[in-house]
Amino acid sequence: MTTFENELKNGKFVCSECIKCNKLVWPPSDFCSNCFAKVRWRQVSTIATLVEFSKKDGVIFCIAEFEGAIRVMGSLETQSEEISIGQEMILTKCNYDGTERFVFQLK
Amino acid sequence: MRKVALVGAGLTKFTKDDISLESLMLSAIKSLFEDTRNLTQKDIDVVLTSTSGNSKYLSSVISELAGLTPKISHSVESLCNSGANSAVSAFAYIASGLGDVALVVGAERFDSPGRVLEWDQSRGQYKHPIYWSSMFTKAHMRKYGTTKEDLAIVSAKNHKNATANPYAYFEKEYSVDEIMRSKNLTDEIRLLDCSLPCSGSAAVLLASEETAKKYTDCPVWITGIGQKTISAGFTKNTDLTTMKSTIHAATDAYKMSKIQASDVDVAEIHDAFTICEIIELEDLGFAKKGEGSRHVRNSYETQDRKTNPRGGLIGSGHPLGATGIAQIAEIGQQIQGKAGKRQVQSAKVGLVQNMSAAATSSTVLILQS
Repeated sequence: MTTFENELKNGKFVCSECIKCNKLVWPPSDFCSNCFAKVRWRQVSTIATLVEFSKKDGVIFCIAEFEGAIRVMGSLETQSEEISIGQEMILTKCNYDGTERFVFQLK
Repeated sequence: MRKVALVGAGLTKFTKDDISLESLMLSAIKSLFEDTRNLTQKDIDVVLTSTSGNSKYLSSVISELAGLTPKISHSVESLCNSGANSAVSAFAYIASGLGDVALVVGAERFDSPGRVLEWDQSRGQYKHPIYWSSMFTKAHMRKYGTTKEDLAIVSAKNHKNATANPYAYFEKEYSVDEIMRSKNLTDEIRLLDCSLPCSGSAAVLLASEETAKKYTDCPVWITGIGQKTISAGFTKNTDLTTMKSTIHAATDAYKMSKIQASDVDVAEIHDAFTICEIIELEDLGFAKKGEGSRHVRNSYETQDRKTNPRGGLIGSGHPLGATGIAQIAEIGQQIQGKAGKRQVQSAKVGLVQNMSAAATSSTVLILQS
């Protein structure tokens, strides 16, 4: 497993960040897509913004944006009928079991 | 740069049959040889194969099985636009003088692994294409008021068109009501909003200007090409109401061929899902932004076949590596006036738009008589 997958499995969402230009490189990579420098692994904020969402079999799936820079698809757990684009969410769970899993709740 | 013509084509019926990639490709090649005058195996000096299926050394295997010993042969893999991209590579070989006659053949099996891009970790557990298409659909609905009925009309039109295509997987029409009532997959997408993975193959023969006349009296010239990749990851699409890669590819293709969208008589565009056709009509310049649905509705009501006359991906089925080549074959037949019941009157200028992985990459070709 990669560092990203290992950390995700431990409930920690980390992203590759360039040691030279500080760019967040996403999806994760071992080198910066901007300057090819090496990357370090750093935890991503648990606060995200809702970009778009839909529902399948009663489960809401969505695109979440972190730190104004990277986007991830995950599940949104909420009982609220009023969900709007741009709302803040919290990443409450993440896991890796052969696939990446991200679970959000509205803030 | 030398001129390059489309001079021949061959297809198989698109099915759910359990047939090997090699057998599918050979069937399309056999059909191409049968329909192309004066073509002999020794004429072909470029062989390009396209698939997202499991294969090794495929262009050489196909060359051997078809009795070909080309100078240049390799595979092109780019998920759903593998087909158009292989034709672009063949164009480049001929235009540069490295080759004279190129056989481009694509195929896929119904169980292809090419439907899912595992690499894209930004999609999390939502890697199946219905998730990205739901995001595009919801965003377009939110911004432009696109409705589920608008989506159903795309599907109804393309299924209707496919009934005149003997190679299409679907052989019956579906009413807007039937499509609206088909199984819900997500809040926005129903089963009949989707193209279907299937088994099938398509082949085209490209030739230099010097050799084209040997094979046909009606060469169809490839006059414009645009290709653009913005990313591989779906979530790099910052605006979900548009396909940025398609806009770039179309702009370059129009510029190269010195035409504009209004000059296009017939187009095969990549309706992997119903929302794709609506967005593409807008991004290719056939409709103003937000008016793609109205454009489709008008085509459906007036029985205008200008867009996706063979039934698109939704009506024909979507064998990934074959799709772009089948689109090119259709536009070639349309310009040659050989499309039978599907014929668009006086088609002289045609467009192919083939895209992949949630529009992260697009290819556009312009073909002319």
